[in-house]
Amino acid sequence: MKLTGAEIFIECLKREGVKTLFALPGGVVLKIFDTLHQQKDIEVILTRHEQGAGHMAEGYAKATGKAGVCLVTSGPGMTNVITALADAYMDSVPVVCFSGQVPTSLIGNDAFQEADNIGLSRPCTKYNFLVKDVNDLAATIKEAFYIATTGRPGPVLVDIPKDVSMAKADFTYPNSVSIRGYNPTVEGNKWQIKQAAEAIMKAKKPILYVGGGVVFSGASQELLELAEMTQIPVDMTLMGLGAFPGEHPLSMGMLGMHGTYQANMAMHYSDLVIAIGARFDDRVTGKVSEFCPHAKVIHVDIDPTSIRKNIHVDIPIVGDCRTVLRELNQILRATVNGEQKDLRKPWWDQIREWQQAHPLTYHQEKDGPVKPQQVVKRLYELTKDRDPIVATDVGQHQMWAAQYFKLAKPNRWLTSGGLGTMGFGFPAAMGAQAAFRDRLVLCIAGDGSIQMNMQEMATAVLSKLPVKIIILNNGFHGMVRQWQDLFYEGRYASSNLGTTPDFVKLAEAYGAVGLRVKKVGDLDAVLKEALATDKPVIVDVPTYPYENCYPMIPAGGCNHEMILEDPPELKMKQSGGAKVTPEDKDTVLTA
Amino acid sequence: MEHIISVTVENKFGVLSRVAGLFSGRGFNIESLSVAPTLDPSMSQMTIVTSGDERIIEQIVKQLNKLIDVIKVVDLNETEFVSRETAIIKVHTKDVDRAEALRIVDIFRANVIDSTPTTYTIEVSGDPKKIEAIINLLQPLGIKELVRTGRVAVAREPVRPAAVQAKKVARE
Ligand SMILES: Cc1cc2nc3c(=O)[nH]c(=O)nc-3n(C[C@H](O)[C@H](O)[C@H](O)COP(=O)(O)OP(=O)(O)OC[C@H]3O[C@@H](n4cnc5c(N)ncnc54)[C@H](O)[C@@H]3O)c2cc1C
Ligand SMILES: Cc1ncc(C[n+]2csc(CCOP(=O)(O)OP(=O)(O)O)c2C)c(N)n1
Ligand SMILES: [Mg+2]
Repeated sequence: MKLTGAEIFIECLKREGVKTLFALPGGVVLKIFDTLHQQKDIEVILTRHEQGAGHMAEGYAKATGKAGVCLVTSGPGMTNVITALADAYMDSVPVVCFSGQVPTSLIGNDAFQEADNIGLSRPCTKYNFLVKDVNDLAATIKEAFYIATTGRPGPVLVDIPKDVSMAKADFTYPNSVSIRGYNPTVEGNKWQIKQAAEAIMKAKKPILYVGGGVVFSGASQELLELAEMTQIPVDMTLMGLGAFPGEHPLSMGMLGMHGTYQANMAMHYSDLVIAIGARFDDRVTGKVSEFCPHAKVIHVDIDPTSIRKNIHVDIPIVGDCRTVLRELNQILRATVNGEQKDLRKPWWDQIREWQQAHPLTYHQEKDGPVKPQQVVKRLYELTKDRDPIVATDVGQHQMWAAQYFKLAKPNRWLTSGGLGTMGFGFPAAMGAQAAFRDRLVLCIAGDGSIQMNMQEMATAVLSKLPVKIIILNNGFHGMVRQWQDLFYEGRYASSNLGTTPDFVKLAEAYGAVGLRVKKVGDLDAVLKEALATDKPVIVDVPTYPYENCYPMIPAGGCNHEMILEDPPELKMKQSGGAKVTPEDKDTVLTA
Repeated sequence: MEHIISVTVENKFGVLSRVAGLFSGRGFNIESLSVAPTLDPSMSQMTIVTSGDERIIEQIVKQLNKLIDVIKVVDLNETEFVSRETAIIKVHTKDVDRAEALRIVDIFRANVIDSTPTTYTIEVSGDPKKIEAIINLLQPLGIKELVRTGRVAVAREPVRPAAVQAKKVARE
């Protein structure tokens, strides 16, 4: 029996185990929507903006480890989803995006709502396909899922012209895929792994530097074994949070621009950096020429281009983290003995000293304005037993979430690292909630960022996705203001939001629940109330507007030269100083 | 330093833009790029002349390999190779110049592939130095038009000792 392109599309998704599709219709994809409407296996979540659909697919993918899937129409549908594709590309998120296209006979004619979807998405997808013949559709979709989820994951676009979705063909779904130009290396080179094991045995001041790759490959168990067996401290990147338990005594927390003091010092002074599934981003290396001056570098990564892109590597190992770590652990198990610990005692003494010298700090006055760190800390303490999934937007609140929300397990952390996309958090949280209806999903948002995809509250209410949004409302593009305070003499060019909507009323307007923390004493009670609600909730928390996020390594600075607190002139200014007018503060605090 | 990179790619729609986009998007240099189908019509062969320090060339090779439509990448500078480029040069020729032009064509073993009373169209192949040299000599006559193919190159077969080669032939 012959099926239409639209039916083939649905059959393929079913074979790939897709249960949820984030989508927004339009002319050229109506046939597909019409066919979706007549089946029950795949739930369609109707978003209010295609960017939302894209981020939801990302959140779904990050939380489940499977591909997230979205469907958009041609022209503006496609251009709207580009930000999410670019985000997924930077953070290696497996997303398969289907876009509608004008009929094949009209391609290139500037037809209504035509866009060059392949050209637009080429620089921000791992691969993209234009399906010109319905007979190729099934095989193309199979390849799309295969490419998105294997090797270094990433977004793949499949562009389906209208006539292809209407035309009929026999349906057969291929069992396997073989692409001659695409064969990711999974097994690491054995000789190199042996070299790595030897270097680890010899090192006096080793450090594990782990990133998103550990999460993608599901290598947390292997990482834990490696770290415990060798007693090596673990630094996590922003994307690696959760790959190693945040409360573990070997955890140094996050490293990099806003990483902890001990994480950055241990990295800088180490004699062996063991990088696993991390890509030496400039927010981590700081000034490249002075990065880890005393260290040999081992780098395990599935993508050869990540290796030696920014930093010289002594022992490169191309392969999957999990596979490589298993092999490495096996070698080490046979050689490690009690002496390792003794050998490294001076290193640990040093690290504990750093830890004690400059732990993460903030000061919450009893009756003073709410400090953002306090909100994250209490949220963490109140929810950690429920194993929540935590999404963030982009800005200071994101960094405080990274510092104070200590994740125990992988796939619980949804954040935009590479592209730093404001507006990512809420839809990503919804995507995760759609995958896990019974889990607690939190979104730690900024008052600026949340407004970039606020419209998705309608989706959350409609599709019953009870995400708990906690807005750290400082009245500012806080991260921008912080840079202005530190590097632009406190001139707040376009960082003061001026006016923010009443988020409580806004939530209510959408049919969700809105709550506000009026003073620090109410914090726990309001958070608890939010957590007990089974609807989407916005908790608006007006926070101290001038709080800055430390430690901080200025862009291009050196990793051991962190700013640890407000410089004196800034402190003066904040304690009733010159430039910040009282009106400023008032509007901000009551926003 | 200049490198010649030989890239075997899928012969399909959009591949050239993926390769070109990679170079422009990452700020890599392309001096020349030539592309044509291979004996196997499902594949095309590209020869890319680029330049950069060791680290950049390593990235270029890796990034090319990462492209899904790329089947094989060889940095020819890692072996011995032979390369050729063809130029077609249209020169003005006044009466007195015609003999001079032919002399130059002769020296460079070039060919005249078209002629009018006032022009010669000359075809020349060789390594880039040779092409530069003939252009320099023809310039005083007045070059009307010049097109160059960009370089194509192949690795040299390793020369095996005669004895070994003989054995192999015998076995075959
Ligand atoms: C406001 C802001 C501040 C930031 N501050 C910081 C900061 O202080 N510290 C910080 O760390 N980051 C920070 N970032 C994030 C930063 O920009 C990068 O996104 C991040 O450092 C990259 O993390 P990663 O190295 O783990 O790489 P990812 O982007 O997660 O990449 C993963 C790597 O693993 C590899 N990989 C994938 N799958 C596998 C597999 N199966 N096996 C092996 N390897 C695999 C990939 O090839 C890639 O090289 C900040 C971002 C923002 C927006
Ligand atoms: C789409 C987008 N536009 C601009 C930026 C630049 N930017 C980074 S952080 C930030 C401020 C974020 O403000 P808010 O969401 O309120 O978070 P806060 O820093 O105040 O916690 C801006 C504008 C960005 N990251 N993304
Ligand atoms: Mg803000």
